[in-house]
Amino acid sequence: MLTSSNNTITKSRKLTSKQLPKATPWIVAVASILVAILISFIAFGGFNIPVVAVLAGLINLVAVFVLSASYEGRRKATDRVATTLVTSTFILACVPLVSLLWLTISKGGAAISGDLLSRTMLGMKGVLDQQYVAGEASLAGGFYHAIVGTVLITLAACIISIPIGVLTAIYLVEYAQKNRLGKAITFLVDVMTGIPSIVAGLFAFALFSTLANVLMPGSAGIAKTGFTAAVALSVLMIPIVVRNTEEILRLVPMDLREASYALGVPKWKTIVKIVLPTSVSGILSGVTIAIARVIGETAPIMVTAGFAKALNWNLFSGWMSTLPTFIYDSQLRPVSPGSAALASSERAWAAALVLVALVMLLNLLARIIAKVLAPKAGR
Amino acid sequence: MPTSTQTTESGPAGHSEPENGQKSGPANGPKPKAVVRPGDRIFSAATLIAGILILLILAGVALFLLAQSKDTIQAQISDPSSITGGNGFLPYVWPLVVGTLISAAIALVVATPFALGIALFTTHMAPRKLAPVLGYVIDLLAAIPSVVYGLWGIALAGNLTSFYLWLSKWFGWIPIFAPAEDGSVSQTGRTLLTASLVLSIMILPIITSLTREIFLQTPRLQEEAALALGATRWEMIRMAVLPFGKSGIVSATMLGLGRALGETMAVAMILSPGLLTASLVVSGNQTIASEIAQNFPEAAGLRLSELITVGLVLFVITLLVNMGARAIVAKTSVKGS
Repeated sequence: MLTSSNNTITKSRKLTSKQLPKATPWIVAVASILVAILISFIAFGGFNIPVVAVLAGLINLVAVFVLSASYEGRRKATDRVATTLVTSTFILACVPLVSLLWLTISKGGAAISGDLLSRTMLGMKGVLDQQYVAGEASLAGGFYHAIVGTVLITLAACIISIPIGVLTAIYLVEYAQKNRLGKAITFLVDVMTGIPSIVAGLFAFALFSTLANVLMPGSAGIAKTGFTAAVALSVLMIPIVVRNTEEILRLVPMDLREASYALGVPKWKTIVKIVLPTSVSGILSGVTIAIARVIGETAPIMVTAGFAKALNWNLFSGWMSTLPTFIYDSQLRPVSPGSAALASSERAWAAALVLVALVMLLNLLARIIAKVLAPKAGR
Repeated sequence: MPTSTQTTESGPAGHSEPENGQKSGPANGPKPKAVVRPGDRIFSAATLIAGILILLILAGVALFLLAQSKDTIQAQISDPSSITGGNGFLPYVWPLVVGTLISAAIALVVATPFALGIALFTTHMAPRKLAPVLGYVIDLLAAIPSVVYGLWGIALAGNLTSFYLWLSKWFGWIPIFAPAEDGSVSQTGRTLLTASLVLSIMILPIITSLTREIFLQTPRLQEEAALALGATRWEMIRMAVLPFGKSGIVSATMLGLGRALGETMAVAMILSPGLLTASLVVSGNQTIASEIAQNFPEAAGLRLSELITVGLVLFVITLLVNMGARAIVAKTSVKGS
């Protein structure tokens, strides 16, 4: 078929070099998968997914190269191999994502129930878990306290960091005019984005235990509260809010500001009435993304708020639990070690499902906000 | 920022900062002063305070960590044997630093080629219409909380033991894949290699999104010129895209390194910690962040102060790495414009 087509379009061949049909890479890919499965059955005596995947990849590369080099020439062959390699990096990167989501949905979905969402771990005993594993009772305990903790701590972190973040971004864009302070702040915000989350937690803990020691010597233990955790999260959240807001504010057209100034509107009113409303969608979606980022933080919470078993509505006293710390605690320190640790693990996966769903929802919300609230362009 | 606004804005801004105003005032200040309203003053002061607060927070991180590590430093001077391990602070922290660097390095070595590949795929190879969606898929990886990665890593670790056994059988002569003395590898698969592989997945989206930005900035004309001269797509990428993005790629990897160094939960959950060993397929090794996470809840007194000092060490390391990365970015952006 190839030779015949060569003969019929001899004239156009002067402009285009020889090319394999468009579907070739797909056919080769399917063929190499089939060959790999065959080899897997012959050499390994069964279907082994990792072996097949690796084999199929290698066979595919070799086949593409040989086929293309013999027909299209060496340079085209290199191009095809590079394309195949680059494409496969993307496909390979999707494997962990799919596996993780699948595991979370299947394991978490199997364990989750309304009871888990509405109960706490107060009064939880190992016996209950052993009964569950033995099939005599349903899964006890729950993580209502962790959901409450997550919401409270994240809300407190928002209250601290959104004003600071947005005002700093306004300073950088509207007032700093690239002066030295503005440059220093930009640089430090960059540095702050790189602070390891556990160091942010240690900072908040060190801050409050030093304060507690100064105010009431010997009472460093009271430093672990939900509020301390909120401060730790703020350290992580502020730089994200600043960067996102700054980016959006810089997009506001200068003409809008100048038109406002020309009408004699004071600067602060221009910012509040013109600049901010224009960019509100971007700011809100940036803030939502920042919330999604910090809501899943574990390390800063566990060093600042400890692990609570019971419901605690008070941010300023006593330990608190959040969904991430609940997952960590359940998985690594099960209520009943040994075979009944399975029950704790199931609770952890159920909490993981709730957490992942929450984070995905927030990310989705950010996109929706960006779309719905975007200023209606009159162009 | 267009400079045209400077004239309109200099009035109120100058007044909000008397120092600045005095310096630049005589040079270009027009005589009729702009009316400064109380609202302007309050608002600019509020934004200024917020900015300064950020400086204070960062200074506070260093200061309060230092204040809390005072006890460790005193103990180190007066009685080094009282520190965990019994040999003073340096012998205690050294294996942790090495473990952190090793795990971050492996994560980087694994993640960088993938990140480059994905960035190239989404910018230059995938169908135009599909590219943003594919980019979003990779961003989803960044959205998943680290604790869930930890859970997933634990579930995954068991499946890796046969792979590690195979590695130690055929590549055992390389020290990093050497089995334990009795020829076995970790039974649970919860080794530093597993933790590092999970780490590499976690830093993948960061490096990818940064390199993607850089690849998108490649001058369109250079790409088209390469193609017009008859280059294949891969040759065009090698001639135009990669050289243009070289320093950007370096800084993106360094930012990824900063993230890998500070990542706590995945390592803390997956790794069953132990003494520093060269082999990555037997259990052992520990990183700074996971040492803190695993011991902090029970720590008190000197131990607490020790862990905070270790955290300070981590802070300094990541600070250096990030500043280095930013310095490279700053250099390139000057060149690029």
